[in-house]
Amino acid sequence: MNSVVCISHVPDTESRIKIAADGRKVDEAGLKFIVSPYDEFALEEAIRVKEKSGGGDVTVVTFGPDRAQQALREALARGATKALHVKGEASDADSLGIAKVLAAAIKTVPHDLVFLGKQGVGTDNALVGPMVAELLGYPQVNVVTKLEVADGKLTAHREIEGAEEILETPTPAVVTAQKGLNEPRYASLKGIMAAKKIAIDTKSVADLGLNDSDIFNQRVATVALELPAEKSGGKKIDGADAAAAARAILQYIKDEAKAL
Amino acid sequence: MPGVLVFTESSNGKLKKASREALSIGRTLANAAGGDLVAFATDAAAAEDAGRYGAKKLYVANAGAYSTESHTAALAAAVKEANPAILLFGGTSNGRDLAPRVAARLDAGVASDVDRLEWIDGKLRARRPVYSGKAFATVEVSGTPAIATTRPNAFPAEEAGGGAAAEVVNVSFDAGDARVKLVDTHTPEAGEMSLAEADIIVSGGRGLKEATNFSYIRDLAHAIGGAVGASRATVDAGWIDHQHQVGQTGRVVSPNVYIAAGVSGAIQHLAGMSSSKHIVAINKDPEAPIFRVADLGVVGDLFQILPALTEEVKKAKAH
Ligand SMILES: Cc1cc2nc3c(=O)[nH]c(=O)nc-3n(C[C@H](O)[C@H](O)[C@H](O)COP(=O)(O)OP(=O)(O)OC[C@H]3O[C@@H](n4cnc5c(N)ncnc54)[C@H](O)[C@@H]3O)c2cc1C
Ligand SMILES: Nc1ncnc2c1ncn2[C@@H]1O[C@H](COP(=O)(O)O)[C@@H](O)[C@H]1O
Repeated sequence: MNSVVCISHVPDTESRIKIAADGRKVDEAGLKFIVSPYDEFALEEAIRVKEKSGGGDVTVVTFGPDRAQQALREALARGATKALHVKGEASDADSLGIAKVLAAAIKTVPHDLVFLGKQGVGTDNALVGPMVAELLGYPQVNVVTKLEVADGKLTAHREIEGAEEILETPTPAVVTAQKGLNEPRYASLKGIMAAKKIAIDTKSVADLGLNDSDIFNQRVATVALELPAEKSGGKKIDGADAAAAARAILQYIKDEAKAL
Repeated sequence: MPGVLVFTESSNGKLKKASREALSIGRTLANAAGGDLVAFATDAAAAEDAGRYGAKKLYVANAGAYSTESHTAALAAAVKEANPAILLFGGTSNGRDLAPRVAARLDAGVASDVDRLEWIDGKLRARRPVYSGKAFATVEVSGTPAIATTRPNAFPAEEAGGGAAAEVVNVSFDAGDARVKLVDTHTPEAGEMSLAEADIIVSGGRGLKEATNFSYIRDLAHAIGGAVGASRATVDAGWIDHQHQVGQTGRVVSPNVYIAAGVSGAIQHLAGMSSSKHIVAINKDPEAPIFRVADLGVVGDLFQILPALTEEVKKAKAH
């Protein structure tokens, strides 16, 4: 069974975000980048599907600047078997531009399944997965917490409000990973050594037959990025007298929030 | 006239809260853009409710229960007929599943999970929290239609006043062969309110010490009519189901009132709740980071304060 996994390289979730001088982007200086957490679930699942089916490739794809190679190296060390780097400043493209690049890249690789994270941590769009599915003309199952693949068909649990749907679809299909799908493995020393021997394929947007003007067309353009106003940190009271504290909370909920 | 089209979801003719919220902000945008507010539904029974929220027309496609593929085809057909300048979705699971798929079909841009929307100089301008709420991006969507999904609870649902039922316009479409089949739906904890819909959320963290102590949280949630939330530490410890997890790898919520007890306020937890309108924190550590986002912070023992609060709420409700 062959899978493609789209992984994005994002600022570590612990990072302090600083705004770049242009007022529209994150200042990348000094930021540590990681594989986006949901993409780790996506990658792990693809590796498990491969292991269960007894073979095939797990190809990881990223669209990003030079630094994004680190994400591919990390994925190879964990068990991906091939890697494709589409070079370009993905942060200058909107989600549909990114999806077009990924869909074109996916078409160059044999696959039965396409995995993405349910959302890229940081930009928090949760858009690229269904867009890729539409561009490829594949069925999609979004926000998946459990997956079984057999006989050209997959069964997936999809998380919805307060419940879970169990859906079935023939492959090829697009699956976006939610936390709970699996526990991602760490890279082993052996994996890290083996990964070093794998060459990362690189392509440009033009190599994929796409026009920069369509990919970087900014149907959605960021005009400003701002830090939230410092919260003044509200009122703090001593709760040593539990009954008095409870009354104060109730009063706050009634008077300020107009609830109850 | 090109205006605003809102994708709505309903059950028994009643629109979901997220749909009512999207219609309400849609009405404001339609006024600014100088067009009509219209809606899409798969059931004509929603016409009255849609009218109440200001929709002039309801485009109805008989697409059945939700499926990405049939709804994409149906909504794309309605967009063709209505030709809206703006297309909005309430940020439900289905809305967020459908919006990007429809956008790719229409070659249009989407601003997702937005908490502000304006129509300025012929463009849709949206604000969206990014980096787990550590920053806000203002984005402009150009092209037609400009698409956005609204963050639950960010826009108040307000009736238009005096609205007649929306005029039903039937939309025909070719569903093709929808390949994804719904086999079953599991409702793990029937009877409990889901986080997404709750106006009040009571959340517990590792300060609860053990699984059975979630009863302190449940009792208050039940008395106050709210939903139960949890930090990841408690979910990872197996004290409560992942459905309840609030935060970056759980649910992003913005209820009217969020009460956090025994939650330290790690950045990944704040990512899921810091946009709540009124935040109450109970923690015995006065330095706990949760106090930085709390509107009302109580430094004390949750095992004392929660039962006292539950009693107060019950008393207040009895009146
Ligand atoms: C990639 C990533 C994603 C993550 N995603 C999430 C997420 O989605 N959601 C999430 O919540 N976390 C998430 N985390 C974990 C997060 O970093 C914290 O570890 C977690 O939120 C801590 O949970 P807690 O506040 O319950 O526990 P703790 O940090 O242990 O805090 C317990 C608190 O209880 C207080 N306390 C103890 N006893 C009492 C008492 N008797 N009365 C009152 N207060 C008391 C303590 O003072 C303390 O502040 C994520 C982490 C990573 C790395
Ligand atoms: N530049 C990128 N390169 C590779 N995959 C990406 C990229 N951007 C987004 N993705 C994938 O799309 C998913 C959803 O991202 P988003 O829609 O940006 O939240 C991510 O979890 C990744 O799997």
